[in-house]
Amino acid sequence: MGKMMSSLFRHPSGRIGLVIIGLYLLAAILGTLGLTPHDPLKLFAIDRLKAPSQTYWFGTDLLGRDAFSRLMVGIRQSMLIAFASVAIATIAGTIIGLLSAWWGGIWDGIFMRVMDVLLAFPAILLALLIIAIVGPGTMTSVAAIAIVYTPIFARVVRGPALSLKQRDFVDAARTFGSSQGYVLTRHLLLNLVAPLVVQVTLALAWALLTEAGLSFLGLGTQPPTPSLGLMLAESRNLMTHAPWLMIFPAVTIMLGILGFNLTGDALRDILDPRTQRREA
Amino acid sequence: MTGLLSVRDLRVGFGQNPKANEVVKGVSFDLGPGETLGIVGESGSGKSVSALSINRLVDFGGGRITHGSIQLTRSDGTVLDVAKADEKTLLGIRGRDVGMIFQEPMTSLNPVHTVGAQIEEAFRLSKGLTGAQAHKATLDVLGRVRIPDAQSRLGYYPHQLSGGMRQRIMIAMALAASPRVLIADEPTTALDVTVQAQIMALLAELREETGMAMIFITHDIGLVAGIADRIMVMQNGVAVEQGETDGVLDNPQHDYTRHLLRAVPHFTSGKAVRDDGRRAEQQEPIVKVDNLVVRFPVGKAWFKPKGAIHAVDGVSFDLVPGETLAIVGESGCGKSTTARALLGLNSKTRGEIVTEAGRSVRPVQMVFQDPFASLNPRLNVEALLAEPAIANGQRRDDALRERMTFLLDRVGLPQDALTRYPHQFSGGQRQRLCIARALMLNPDVVVLDEAVSALDVSVQAKVLELLVDLQQEFGLAYLFISHDMAVVERIAHRIAVMFAGQIVELGEARAVLSDPQHSYTKRLIAAVPAIERRKQRFAVDMTQVPSLVRPPGFEPSPAQWREAGDDHRVRVEDTP
Amino acid sequence: MSYVVQRLLTFPLILLGVSILVFVAIRLVPGDAITAMLGTEAGLLTPVQRETLAAYFGIDQPIWAQYLRWLTGLFQGDLGISSIYGKPVLTVILERFPLTLQLSLMSMVIALSVGVPLGVLAASRNERPSDLVVRVLAMLGQSTPNFVVGILIIYVLSVFFGFVPAMGTFTPLFTDPLASIAQLIFPAITLGFAFAASVTRISRSAMLDVLSDDYVRTARSKGASPMSVIWHHALPNALIPVVTLSGVEFGYLLGGAVIVEQIFALPGLGRLVLDAITQRDYALVQGTVLFIAFNFLVVNLLVDLAYVALDPRIRIGRR
Repeated sequence: MGKMMSSLFRHPSGRIGLVIIGLYLLAAILGTLGLTPHDPLKLFAIDRLKAPSQTYWFGTDLLGRDAFSRLMVGIRQSMLIAFASVAIATIAGTIIGLLSAWWGGIWDGIFMRVMDVLLAFPAILLALLIIAIVGPGTMTSVAAIAIVYTPIFARVVRGPALSLKQRDFVDAARTFGSSQGYVLTRHLLLNLVAPLVVQVTLALAWALLTEAGLSFLGLGTQPPTPSLGLMLAESRNLMTHAPWLMIFPAVTIMLGILGFNLTGDALRDILDPRTQRREA
Repeated sequence: MTGLLSVRDLRVGFGQNPKANEVVKGVSFDLGPGETLGIVGESGSGKSVSALSINRLVDFGGGRITHGSIQLTRSDGTVLDVAKADEKTLLGIRGRDVGMIFQEPMTSLNPVHTVGAQIEEAFRLSKGLTGAQAHKATLDVLGRVRIPDAQSRLGYYPHQLSGGMRQRIMIAMALAASPRVLIADEPTTALDVTVQAQIMALLAELREETGMAMIFITHDIGLVAGIADRIMVMQNGVAVEQGETDGVLDNPQHDYTRHLLRAVPHFTSGKAVRDDGRRAEQQEPIVKVDNLVVRFPVGKAWFKPKGAIHAVDGVSFDLVPGETLAIVGESGCGKSTTARALLGLNSKTRGEIVTEAGRSVRPVQMVFQDPFASLNPRLNVEALLAEPAIANGQRRDDALRERMTFLLDRVGLPQDALTRYPHQFSGGQRQRLCIARALMLNPDVVVLDEAVSALDVSVQAKVLELLVDLQQEFGLAYLFISHDMAVVERIAHRIAVMFAGQIVELGEARAVLSDPQHSYTKRLIAAVPAIERRKQRFAVDMTQVPSLVRPPGFEPSPAQWREAGDDHRVRVEDTP
Repeated sequence: MSYVVQRLLTFPLILLGVSILVFVAIRLVPGDAITAMLGTEAGLLTPVQRETLAAYFGIDQPIWAQYLRWLTGLFQGDLGISSIYGKPVLTVILERFPLTLQLSLMSMVIALSVGVPLGVLAASRNERPSDLVVRVLAMLGQSTPNFVVGILIIYVLSVFFGFVPAMGTFTPLFTDPLASIAQLIFPAITLGFAFAASVTRISRSAMLDVLSDDYVRTARSKGASPMSVIWHHALPNALIPVVTLSGVEFGYLLGGAVIVEQIFALPGLGRLVLDAITQRDYALVQGTVLFIAFNFLVVNLLVDLAYVALDPRIRIGRR
């Protein structure tokens, strides 16, 4: 793990990605601890729609709330939802994909057809369907994004798991009589860590995007809790008068997604068996 | 200059700093019109890179010529230094002056174009032929590479043809441009030995017909003995020896050439078989296989099976302690399926496999072909070696660690290997690890499925020696699966020849190799290249392996056997 | 051919699964089915009215019987009645669908015609400055959500050009093709932006893989020109993953239309879904979701068939 981090840091886009993720995590932690420049919910009535200044770094909104503090809490909200949903999707998808590949036959057919049904919905539509049933909110966003990405993880795991199952070292394990549990964890799962790490990083980027999209539509995090998507949506009618209200949330969303995409790409480069072979 | 091609002090490097990363370190050679030069070397010797420099394809693999000259006499009599030519000039060289065929016929043809279109393209590029002219020329050239039914093959895609056929297509494509030099980069390495013989015969005939010069690259010095006028031996980017074929083979000057000729297995028609561990009378077999049948249903997704692949059809043999039985045959003959059935990796359709209770709960262990694929890359050596023991209820204690270090030492690996990972070892070392792992449970029988085939020839020889030592020390019986007759000759006590899922000949190794009886065994042995067989001419023989897919309910007629010696049985052939 | 047959066989199976999922999902709405069907109006009903309605809609029957009844209705094109519009759901959907279809197709054309050439260019100039520029742009493009692109486009157009993209009523393609395309051009760019970026990236990496394949070396050994190597030998092979991606991405386009239609105030299918959800018109939610999923599946099937046409290894088995 430490080795991976250091080679990630040597990779040009990995370094940029890590720095961005680090800053966002810092902002999220400070936002959680309440260490923001101002109270993100407090209305400074006399300072409405102020341009960025030394007091209000990113300006204030229509109600006179500090945009920078609200962005910090928004980042926390986005990261929380992204990490929680991706964690659930990773665990569920890995278990389904692994067992599907290992058992094969009829179980594989059933599992993968169910995943196909979930994949038949465009991601945001499936999330919207879930929100339509349960109603919007933070927990709904987590559940919706987790359900949307579970089949993707199941597929990502199943493909390599199927090819690992055919590998000679699994055959060798069968000739010694190794237990199923040993083969599944040591021979399959351990070799799936690399593709999973890449996929998790990229899924975090998608999850950020989906979350921002849902709250942009007003169906994600509900006010008054600040969220990046909603801040951007609210800025629309004011964009000619207060463009900072649009620019800062837009850049914050983009940078966050970019950070995870860059890191994921770098990880793929580093963990790609082809580039590894070239180094060896 | 009278030669066709003259290479002087060629140096080729790779990467950011090609001068510091040289793979070819000052190679010089000449090639006259109509002459054939064999370049021999193991992987990493720089033989392919040298050849790819002649048409500068090496540039596309990241290589740079850092020094030297490549003087090529073109068809109009002008001389060009290829090493300094620009890309535009090179386009005119490739195909027209220098043609090339490659090692992997499976991947060297474009999968989305028909073979006809690919050959026609070669005619268009080199001679400007299009339409009906190109079509006719393509038919002609397919005839010249002895492809039957050429008209219909034109519309085939590469994946519809066998490896041997694809290599013929590659040759046809190179011939289309009537090159003055043909570079053949290990053109037969991926092919079965009888197909190899056919391709070699074809190349020899075409050389006579066209008078083109040829550079033939191979790791098998026995193979060039049959075709080359001159031989150049390469090691670590340097040409260590070159000269007339007979001179190099009969009177080698350099140690490495001597090593390649003496230490590396070469086929000698049974003269080099082992004379230890002959089977004693009345010895009880440890493994007895009786009428083994393995079939794989085909097309079973649809209602009822269309038939089955008869991968193994009625195979019987036995194996006594301390003995090596080699099963030889070409790809698809069922030899690996037989081995895997013995370990329970393929379920058998019928038949009996009886293993005597031996020294261990799992008396049969296996070593696989590919040492890269058979070791889990994420586990260290300690975990890899401990796996069989743990799987069978042993504890990870000092006794186990002692056994691991003992076996590591025995297969010639250092003690500190325990904490290392597979990628830190070479191919030969990995195969030693696999052997150590197979011995962890103290088995009676080890199945070696093409266990040395993926290794370089010098490494092969050392691993074979190790296997013989281990056999004597631990009283192991080996079931040695291989396609390589030279290797089999060095290790087998008895040989079973498999063809199309059946054993066609079985007996004592010397008898089978020196006096083959079955027509297939004869064909197989005649096709094996050997140093003694210089300038040998093969008849171009187009015999194809029969399809193994049979309709449902098909049963082969029971085998009739005839005794050809004390321990030498031959399957009686149907007289057509 | 068995690959095609297999795809055609699983298609109705998945469609059935999708219909079950959508049906069950709507039953999971908190509160009873009458509320689910009529939305907020249900609060005004008397108990007797409720029972009559329950019998009328067949809600007093077991769930599987209800599902079969609903499914039979689907086959006859009966998706229920929208409570917002007071019209059959299918009618409402078919009014809105042309816009969304045109929007998705336009963004697909934009994405492919920008992405494939850029990807091929980057691959053929691997590690040179033009490759790096394309890679950075593609990475930025992929990381920019479509709502950010949309808002930035509107901002730039209105602030610097004093121009507001035509919103509101949609001019159908057959009424006035130019006006129709002009109206959707900015929304299509918005929707196709990230897609173009991923097409670029996939084309580039597929091209790089293919360019190191043995048959490309063979083509070069014949003396084929660099142009011929790229366009004739490499691209047909590299297109295979691009086609696969396009099928998957078409679903994102249909989904992305929800957001883009919202930003540009276009009366398409995506807006319809949003309105249905916010106004709790469950029959409409059910219908639109099912309709979009159905279209996505059909497109994916078509893409798979295109894939077969491109790759002779699948089209023609071994002989």
